[in-house]
This record gives sequence, C-alpha cells and structure tokens, in this order.
Amino acid sequence: MIAQPGTAVWFARHEWRLAWRDWIGMMSGGKRKRLHRVIAAVALFVVFMHFVAYWMIGRFAGTAPDQATFAAVTASVLMSWLLMVSQAMESTTRALYARSDLDLILASPVAAENVFAVRIVTVAASLALMALPLAAPFIDILIARGGWRWLGAYALIVAMGAAATALAVALSVVLFRVVGPKRTRFVAQVLAAVIGAAFVIGLQVAAILSSGSISRTSLLQSQTFLARLPDAASLAWWPARAALGDLTALAGVLALSLALLLATIVLVAPRFGEYAIVASGLQAGVVVQRRARSFHRRTQQQALRVKEWMLLWRDPWLVSQTLMQMLYLIPPAVLLWRSFDDGHGAYQLLVLVPVLVMAAGQLAGGLAWLAISGEDAPDLVASAPIPPRFVVRAKIEAVLGLVAAVFAPLVVALAFVSPWHALITGLGIVVAATAATSIQLWFRTQAKRSQFRRRQVSSRLATFAEAFSSIGWAATAAVAAASLPLAIVPGVLAFLVVAGTWLMSPRQPHA
Amino acid sequence: MQPASAPLALELAGLVKRFDRPAVDGLDLSVRAGEFYALLGPNGAGKTTTLRMIAGLLRPDAGSIRVADIDALADPVAAKRLMAWISDEPMIYDKLTPLEYLEFVSGLWGVTPALAEMRARDLLGWLDLTANAHERCEGFSKGMRQKVALAGALIHEPRLIILDEPLTGLDAGSARQVKNVLRERVRCGGTVIMTTHILEVAERMADRIGVIGRGKLIAEGTLEELRLQAGGKNAAGSVGAATLEDTFLALLAEPAEAA
Repeated sequence: MIAQPGTAVWFARHEWRLAWRDWIGMMSGGKRKRLHRVIAAVALFVVFMHFVAYWMIGRFAGTAPDQATFAAVTASVLMSWLLMVSQAMESTTRALYARSDLDLILASPVAAENVFAVRIVTVAASLALMALPLAAPFIDILIARGGWRWLGAYALIVAMGAAATALAVALSVVLFRVVGPKRTRFVAQVLAAVIGAAFVIGLQVAAILSSGSISRTSLLQSQTFLARLPDAASLAWWPARAALGDLTALAGVLALSLALLLATIVLVAPRFGEYAIVASGLQAGVVVQRRARSFHRRTQQQALRVKEWMLLWRDPWLVSQTLMQMLYLIPPAVLLWRSFDDGHGAYQLLVLVPVLVMAAGQLAGGLAWLAISGEDAPDLVASAPIPPRFVVRAKIEAVLGLVAAVFAPLVVALAFVSPWHALITGLGIVVAATAATSIQLWFRTQAKRSQFRRRQVSSRLATFAEAFSSIGWAATAAVAAASLPLAIVPGVLAFLVVAGTWLMSPRQPHA
Repeated sequence: MQPASAPLALELAGLVKRFDRPAVDGLDLSVRAGEFYALLGPNGAGKTTTLRMIAGLLRPDAGSIRVADIDALADPVAAKRLMAWISDEPMIYDKLTPLEYLEFVSGLWGVTPALAEMRARDLLGWLDLTANAHERCEGFSKGMRQKVALAGALIHEPRLIILDEPLTGLDAGSARQVKNVLRERVRCGGTVIMTTHILEVAERMADRIGVIGRGKLIAEGTLEELRLQAGGKNAAGSVGAATLEDTFLALLAEPAEAA
C-alpha cells in the first residue's frame, strides 16, 4: 500500500526508513561484515543476560505480591522510566534543534504537524525498542519461572516509553517557553543527565544517610521505609501490579500512558514547527569574551593543553555529557563525608574504591576521545612545527590533568580517613585513567567534537575495551583495598584486556 | 614576477602519492621566493593532495619536497616553521574568539606574546575583524571564519603560504580582502601557492600558473606562455584572444586527446 504523500503514514514510512538506516549505520559503521559481528555479539549478550537474570531474579519469580515486592518493582520501574525520560529529552531536543531535513520539510507545502507527530511517536517507539533487549532476559526468566502473568511486563515497557516521551516533550516545550529557545538546548540536556541519574543517586544517598550503606536496596527493604508506604490497594502500585501481571492495572497504565502521548501530540505537534523555526533562527553565538589581559607566554604543549581545557569549559553540551558520570560520584562523596562523622567507616570505604576507580576510567575515556579524536582543526595542529608525539603528549596531559583535578580532592579526603584506601584508590585511578586514555589513543580517529555522542560508532571494540578495562581495574583496586593477594587475578585480567586491545588496534603511523 | 635568480621557495621532484589509483604521479614543480603561483586543474587532478604533501599533512610514496633548502621529508618541523596552510574549510575552533585563536596559533609557532599580539591586532584590522575580536567564532559566517583562519596563517609571518581554494564561498568583499592581504604578503617577499577554480583570480593575481591533470604537470608558465602552449585557441577553437578559461580547457583537452 502506498500512502498519500504528506500524510502522517507517509511521513512515518520515511522517518522509520531513515531511523532504520541510521541504526544500521551506527551498528555497522558502514561495513556489512561488522554488522554480522554486531548481530552475533548482541545475540550472545542477550543469551548471557538470561543467565545473569536467572542468577539475579530467578528466585523472585514466584513471590507473592506484597508491599515489599511492590516497592522493589516500583523502584525498578521508576528507575528505568526516568532513564527513558532522560533519553526522550535528548531525542526531543534534537528534533527541535537539529536542522538536517527540517528546512526542507518546513519549506514544503505539507502540514508540519504530521511530521512532528510522527517524530514524537518515533521517539516513544525507539525508547521501547531500546529497552526491550535489556529487559527481555529478565522478563523471560520471570515468565519461565513464575508463569505467563509476567508477560504484562512487555506491555508495560511500551506504556513506559509512551509516558516518558509525553513527559519529555512537555518538559521541552515548557523549557522553550520559560528559559527561551537559546538556553533550552543546554538546560534540557543537563536536565536529561540529572533525571537519568537522580533516582539511583537519591536512593543511594538516602541509604547512606539512613543506614550507612551505599546499597539502595537496604533502604527499600527497611521496615521504617515500608511502614511509610501506601497500602497494597493503592493506585500508586498500579505500575508494579501491571508488571506483575495484573491485567486491570496493566490496561489502566497502558491506557493512561497512550492517552498522555496522544494528548501531547494533539497539543504540541501543531506548535512544534513554530518552535523549530524559532530555534533555527537563533544566532549560533554572539558570545563575547571580554578580557583585558595580554597574550601569554606559553610553550607549544602549554598552548595545546590550555586550548583543550578552554574548549571543554566553554562547551556546555560536552559538560552535560560528562555530567552523568560525575553525578555518580555524589553517593561516594556522601559516604566519605559520613565516614568522617562516625570515624570507623574503613570497611564501608571498601565500596568507595572501585566506584572512584571506575568513574576515573570512564571520565578519562570520554575526555581522551574529545582531546585526541575530537580535534576540530586537525590540519592546523598537524601543519604546526611540533612533532606529532608532542601533540599527543600535550593532549594526554590535558586529559590526565583534568582527571586529577576532579579526583584528587576525593582521594585526599579519603587519605584522612584511611591512607591505605587512599593509596590504592589513587593508584587505581592513575592506572584506569591511563588505560582508558591509551585505548582512545590506539583507536584514534578524526572527528568533530560535536560527534561525541556517537563516538562509539568509530570502534565498538574500543568502547567495550574501555568499559571492561575500567571494570577490571575497579575490581582490582577493590580486592587490593581489602589487602587480598587475590587482587592479582582481576589485575591480570584487566591487563590482558588492555594488552589484547593494543594488539587488535590499528597501527598509527605517526604515533 | 621574480627573476630566475631568486632563490627557490619550494621544489618538488618526482612526487608520487597513490590511493586506490595514482593521485600525484611524478610531479616536478619549482616556485621561486616572492612568487604568486596558481595551481589549476579539474576535480581529482591531484591539486589538494599535492598541497597536503607540501604542508606535511600527507606523506608521499616517493619523491622529494624542499622548502627553502630544507628537506621537508627529513626535517618536517623545520619546514613547517616556514609555512602556513589554509584549506577551503576554515580550521578554527567555534568556542574561541579570533584573538584567542590567534594566541593559540602563535603559541604553536612559538611567536613571542608581545609580537603576536601586535600582529594579531594588525591582521584583524586588515581583515575588518576588529569589532569581532572578542566574539566566539561559532556565530561567524563562512567568510569571517576564512578570514580568521587566514589571520592565523599569517600570524607567524610564513615565508611560504599554501592555500587550497581559499576563496570558495566568500562574498566579493571578503574575497577582495583576502586577495589584498595575499598580494601584500607577496609584495613583502612572501611566496604564495594556491589552488583555485576561479580562473579569473589566477589570471589576475598569479605570476605563474601551473596546470595539473591526472597527477602530472601538464603546462606551466605565465598566462602568455600558457596561451602559446595551447596554440592561442579560444573557446571556438580558432586562434584569437584566448581567455585563461579557453587556454585551460585547451590544455586539458590535449592530453585527453593524446590518450
């Protein structure tokens, strides 16, 4: 069936074809062979996750739905939903601000609301589709162990995607009106990062303050907390009931979510075109940097380092992208602060060590990509009278300097509580940050800084290696902090990950 | 036009670069100090590849590059000190202001701060960018960005300026400013080698013109010399007052016919 041009169905076909090709391109990097490998890897991952799911939640499948179960399921649903809202805000902002084909569509004699309605639905659909591979193993195990009632969890994902998109679109429009089109993009992206992390962090901070443990489940299982919750018949538990297979609750949640999405489309889609036109009319930047100072005397390496720091500092979008990682440092910081209070938190501090090491590795990886691969004037730097190895060295120094600036205060504070933990954490941070930076260096490519969000496209191997390396060094530091000789095992594994990555990396001619 | 006794600013001998096919195929080229040299050729002729090899951004598969008596392949850092490279896509940072950009570039080339600041203010004045000196480049038009890039290229007073299609996308006013600055550099003894598709620019500005096709130098000389090499034919194929466009097309047609 061929849809009438300009209709919502016609636009939907067009949008989904583009989305599909975009996704395939992102997965394969334009290489068919790589696509097969990615499909095989995803399949293996999904199978592996079924085992993980069985180990983690298999025993809960037959649990009778009581208040504690509702609380735990609601927390999981809420955490996932907030992550979806965060992702939806990213997508909605992009729909407003990314030009791509918008100029063509808005200049054509078709109803713009059709395309925006389709784009809003596409956001909701892509959220649900992205969540499915992650949630499916858990749901499958619950179905296998607890019966068909758990099938409702799949429908709940669709409802969550719809509700998350409705909220994200509404929030974006409110921001557009309240803070203005110029600031909406930045504020929305920061808000997206905060929303995505807020719930987990909030639970962890509450757990630390109430029980001195970083585990968020400790709060959810505490009697004091459970006593304050609404009774089992409350509407607040409907999402949890829906996930647990209560058909009435599922129908209610699904209907409400879809109604919210529909209302958002009807109310917002006709205005979205105007917003997009306003956004496109923005002067990209008449940002004036007033200064009276003169030029500084700097070596070539200093000039490069200062440039990197200045570019990062002035790019709120990049700051918001790294903010997510930094937000996860709040619970360890609170735990550290609480350890000062009671003075005997050495055992609890064990949990701090891997969190800090892992965060350092992740932060270093992101910054290293920006400094090494995300060079906006590669020809300028390459044509300067400075040997390439000095350029690379200056950029590495810029990255490690920033990592040091972020983590040094925490390590120093830790040293007052436990010098041993501080020593291990410091070493772990240095090794994890160096490993992540090295991986980015071996797999460096030439890209624009604005492509940061899609940096994993250039090399999936580097992305996974960076993550596994950080996890490996975090585990090594955690075991070493407990003074266990066993630390050599994760240490060797982490080293093998890094060494293997180096062997598989493309050789760089001017390294 | 520089006398034949002027020292060589650039000398290419047997330059070869292959990608899937030969992009530059045994190119010999000499440019004297103080000369404005325009390199013309159709798309894919090897112009940009040649310039990128001179600027040290690509390594040739064979041949040699000498920049004012320095072997640029043996000592690229020394050669880069004397050169500046500008492409058709301005190489600037959106989040820096023109002054900050010039401070960064002068840092890379090791220009002393006081001298760099003085030159920066002069260059921004010549290029009509003084009013925008403290604005971030992210809101600049293509012409303004190209002028910032040009100021960056000139801040260290290079002896050899290499430009790849520097006037693409510029309005008439910006193009004139860029041309004036380049003329001034040549008048002061600098050497300019530039590719362009705007034949009028080559005709008016260049002391000598090289025509490149399929990676080889097909013809070289002043406009008059090129006309003679092409047989002085105009667009209609008859002998007459041929424009550079007629000459250029006639020169390119000859090797194709020979092939």
